[in-house]
Amino acid sequence: MADQSTSASSTAEADKGYWQANVRIILISLVIWALVSFGFGILLRPLLSGISVGGTDLGFWFAQQGSILVFLALIFFYAWRMNKLDAEFGVEEE
Amino acid sequence: MDQFTINLLFVGASFALYIGIAIWARAGSTSEFYAAGRGVHPVTNGMATAADWMSAASFISMAGLIAFTGYDNSSFLMGWTGGYVLLALLLAPYLRKFGKYTVSEFIGDRFYSPTARVVAVICLIVASTTYVIGQMTGVGVAFGRFLEVSNTAGLLIGACVVFAYAVFGGMKGVTYTQVAQYCVLIMAYTIPAVFISLQLTGNPIPALGLFGDHVASGEPLLAKLDAIVTELGFKEYTLHHADTLNMVLFTLSLMIGTAGLHHVIMRFFTVPRVADARWSAGWTLVFIALLYLTAPAVGAMARLNITDMMWPNGTDGEAVSVEMIENEKRYDWMATWQKTGLLDWEDKNGDGKIQYYNDKDAGMQAKAAENGWEGNELTKFNRDILVLANPEIANLPSWVIGLVAAGGLAAALSTAAGLLLAISSAVSHDLIKGSINPQISEKGELLSARIAMAVAIGVATYLGLNPPGFAAQTVALAFGLAAASIFPALMMGIFTKVNNKGAVAGMLSGLIVTLIYIFLHKGWLFIPDTNSFTDADPLLGTIKSTSFGAVGALVNFTVAYFVSKSSEAIPAEIEELVESVRVPRGAGAAQDH
Repeated sequence: MADQSTSASSTAEADKGYWQANVRIILISLVIWALVSFGFGILLRPLLSGISVGGTDLGFWFAQQGSILVFLALIFFYAWRMNKLDAEFGVEEE
Repeated sequence: MDQFTINLLFVGASFALYIGIAIWARAGSTSEFYAAGRGVHPVTNGMATAADWMSAASFISMAGLIAFTGYDNSSFLMGWTGGYVLLALLLAPYLRKFGKYTVSEFIGDRFYSPTARVVAVICLIVASTTYVIGQMTGVGVAFGRFLEVSNTAGLLIGACVVFAYAVFGGMKGVTYTQVAQYCVLIMAYTIPAVFISLQLTGNPIPALGLFGDHVASGEPLLAKLDAIVTELGFKEYTLHHADTLNMVLFTLSLMIGTAGLHHVIMRFFTVPRVADARWSAGWTLVFIALLYLTAPAVGAMARLNITDMMWPNGTDGEAVSVEMIENEKRYDWMATWQKTGLLDWEDKNGDGKIQYYNDKDAGMQAKAAENGWEGNELTKFNRDILVLANPEIANLPSWVIGLVAAGGLAAALSTAAGLLLAISSAVSHDLIKGSINPQISEKGELLSARIAMAVAIGVATYLGLNPPGFAAQTVALAFGLAAASIFPALMMGIFTKVNNKGAVAGMLSGLIVTLIYIFLHKGWLFIPDTNSFTDADPLLGTIKSTSFGAVGALVNFTVAYFVSKSSEAIPAEIEELVESVRVPRGAGAAQDH
């Protein structure tokens, strides 16, 4: 393992930075998660009622399909971003 | 060849396929059985997890609930997919890093307490049993229809098949059987939807057809649907009529419940690496989304087709006549479904026609008085039959109907059998061997597993005869229970330093509060007529029992936080465990456990 040469305290320091970066990415992702489902799909639907989509409005689309597509994008984004972050902090699996 | 033979042929062939694959790739030992996912590519694992997770609720029940309610039931769509975001971001990678096989093992180790482990097992058993009741409802509908017997007889036959399927056992854990089940299930769901979408909108992709134009009228499909349902006194399909608070809580319950179901979480313990756990959740959702993006189209188009069938001359023309229903081939499905007792009609005013409309709507009552109608004459249309009846309603070829039969049974049986296995291993392995009697012999463990399975299916079948709701609604209750008990414990185990007492108090209070709220509305132990409230007029404001899981989760988090704060901090080695699950480094070693 590459980190064995560094001291225990600097590894712990790096791990802390890694975790903080991870939590930040999670929080941003969850804000988007809530925005498209609870937001656009339910609570903010009246605000989107002016934008019509196939006989109804954008909020209906978000509630029935749009949110699912955004969820997919979020999970793949998170997997890609975290695998990159693992490498940046040298905490990836060997 | 008649339809009955074709159905049997499709169902038989699909089962032969699953059993063939199971024998070809049989797991030899317990660890092989659990580890079936290790070394499996994330895409394959995703497909298998999707099959494992999509049950009678998703396949048989959900589109029917959307069809008759419209936008207000979008909660099912957002809830059952949004949970995967929580799973991928908050749980899967860390639980994989932890490196053991079951959820209760993680809770037991992280909260350094055998009590926490037992409480987790109890939560799992309660949620899984409720889940099985929902599955049995779906099994009853599917068997009743395809054997052309009553719903009750279908349920009893189905229970025997599920039990045999679960005892045959190991095949559940074999990833490739589940891949085959997924393929059958998704073809069975999408092929009829493609046909119907082509008929109604000319678009071969149902998800796009939903927002396309209705060929016959030239109007957008959803606008046309809104127009005809309102003409019959029903609420607009696309508008928001439900209580907003309840809708938000219901969606949230389903989301956190998905992330708290141990038979789903377990799949992520067994991928080769932490990085794969992240990708795996994404691939699972890809395969689930194929069905979930199609479901709203299935619902809306079926509603349109049913209304057209009942009013063949338009909503301002004459209603369908009893003579047409009895003699015309395209109405044959009504007679076949009438045999199950889940569909019925009655010519109340004796005019030889069946008027289908909302007889609770004031405007329609006036119109009815004018025309001599004496109430809605399509007296019964069980929501759970919609998806299975859909290809017949749309007059599709018999092989499509046979395929849907195979798909519906695959969905219901695989999940029901998987849950029974989970319940039996929780009782025999985690409860009896893990705490009550560690000296139990392997034979004794196996016997107690079988007994637990038989008891669970007996209870589920009995309650399935008088289910607390349609399949998807009962399953939603199970998600609420998982949401209130397991998810908060797992999340706090990873993201906070909550201690053993906090976790136990949190799980117990979340579970008990939610269970009591559900029993108050659905009857104690789901026994009919023992309830004090109904979901039409719930105890707390507008919060229905199906939505209470989110409140239960909040109770869990709050209790755990305060109990933990007022008791001692976690020991140093647990602190290290928490630090270690947070970073992927070294996950390879954990596999050797």
